[in-house]
Amino acid sequence: MDLRPVELGFVTTFLTVVVALPIAALVWASRADGWSGFWYWIRQPEPLSALKLTLVMAALVALTNAVFGTLIAWVLVRDSFVGQRLVNAVIDLPFALPTIVAGLLVLALYGPKSPVHVHAAFTRAAIYLVLLFVTLPFVVRTVQPVLHELDTQMEEAARSLGARELVVFTRIVLPSILPGILSGVAMAFARAVGEIGSIVIISGNRPFRTELASVWILNQTQSGNGTGAAALATLLLAISFVVLLGVGGFRRLATRHERA
Amino acid sequence: MRKTIALSYLTVVLLGPLAMLFWRIWQEGAGKAWSAISEPDTLHAFKLTIEIAAIAVPLNTIFGIVVGLAIVRTRFPGKGLVNAFVDLPLALSPVVVGLSLFLLYGRTGWIHIGQILFALPAMVLATVFVSVPYVAREVIPTLREIGDEQEQAAHTLGASGWQTFWRITLPSIRWAVIYGVVVTTARCLGEYGAVAVVSGSISGRTETATLRVQDYYENLDQAGAYGVSLMLGLIAIVVLVLMTLLKPKEGTA
Repeated sequence: MDLRPVELGFVTTFLTVVVALPIAALVWASRADGWSGFWYWIRQPEPLSALKLTLVMAALVALTNAVFGTLIAWVLVRDSFVGQRLVNAVIDLPFALPTIVAGLLVLALYGPKSPVHVHAAFTRAAIYLVLLFVTLPFVVRTVQPVLHELDTQMEEAARSLGARELVVFTRIVLPSILPGILSGVAMAFARAVGEIGSIVIISGNRPFRTELASVWILNQTQSGNGTGAAALATLLLAISFVVLLGVGGFRRLATRHERA
Repeated sequence: MRKTIALSYLTVVLLGPLAMLFWRIWQEGAGKAWSAISEPDTLHAFKLTIEIAAIAVPLNTIFGIVVGLAIVRTRFPGKGLVNAFVDLPLALSPVVVGLSLFLLYGRTGWIHIGQILFALPAMVLATVFVSVPYVAREVIPTLREIGDEQEQAAHTLGASGWQTFWRITLPSIRWAVIYGVVVTTARCLGEYGAVAVVSGSISGRTETATLRVQDYYENLDQAGAYGVSLMLGLIAIVVLVLMTLLKPKEGTA
């Protein structure tokens, strides 16, 4: 069936006004002084250092999620313990809670007035912790349904043939859940790169130490450097598109058997 | 062993900080937090946040259903592009969204019609942008799952497109739509980065609830910051309960 003109018009108008026009204005503004102007801002020591720190932190957070997100999904699906349903529900909390509140909560536990006497506020460690908070659901929620559907007979067969647990996991379980892990990791990475609300609270925003790309863009915008902000923002936009392409690819990987 | 590791990780990263929501209020004194919450500027911030959500949520609900139906049930040129734009806000920094609007409607921007920036229109546009994907992403898999046999049958029996939608399609995706609406609402109420760029954060005028938290925090008013946070946290818990109640119904409707 072809899309009717009314609906096509509505979808096109909505996406143009809400998403496409602002994005076009951003890319246009980043090129206000030509390519050289664009690269000038990207190569400035402060934004460059903020970008590098952002990418390194996001990569660390994504990797941590790959391991612990998978482990949590496994424990939620295969094990049973008291309070399991509550834990399962709480996993989604970072999606429901404003991230600026997440920042304050991490600050309360690991900041100056810490009840556990850990004072990590305004350090890279605090940035890492708060990013782990806001990205927690991604890998858990992409791996959990796949693990739930997985037939355990193959694992039992492998075990009865003498395979050790590690071999069972890497040879039988991992190949099935890998596309889920990868798309969850990619989304967590994108979320970490773009995170702002919790970061303004926890990072302290010291140039070359704890300043991240999103905060640099916010500060430059507010102090009138629209071109510089637009240059770095356009780079973040490109990263977002690459991540989405990757997620699309992983999703096709996950359904390749269904389509074959 | 793996249970212990997983639960320890959850405690350090999620449950520990979450416990602070109530602990810090108790420490600061509930009275101080309460007087912050009942300040006129804070009440205005919540009222403004609800107004913005009241515009953004219905818009994105209608758009989410229409674009979901378009993507799953029809052919049209540029479908890949539409898909990419619908997903983009999931992977894009809210600050980039705010900056884009700032540049589009600013002094050197392309569009000059009345007061957009530092006023309600820009704040609504920012909030609509960041919450575009949530209804659509719930509706699309559900539409795929239910298939179109019943819709075809209704069509064969002479039902109009509109009748088919109201009698067949909407009832069978209603739980997905409701779930999407809940998540969209949470996203709208909690939006910070995009609104921070375009609003100007003027207390009592263009300050939303999350901007109010930042305002208190920067003025070293801990009781105020944690007071407003507790309100937002309680809303998040209600959202979480709704998400949990709605989830088993996904796809079974």
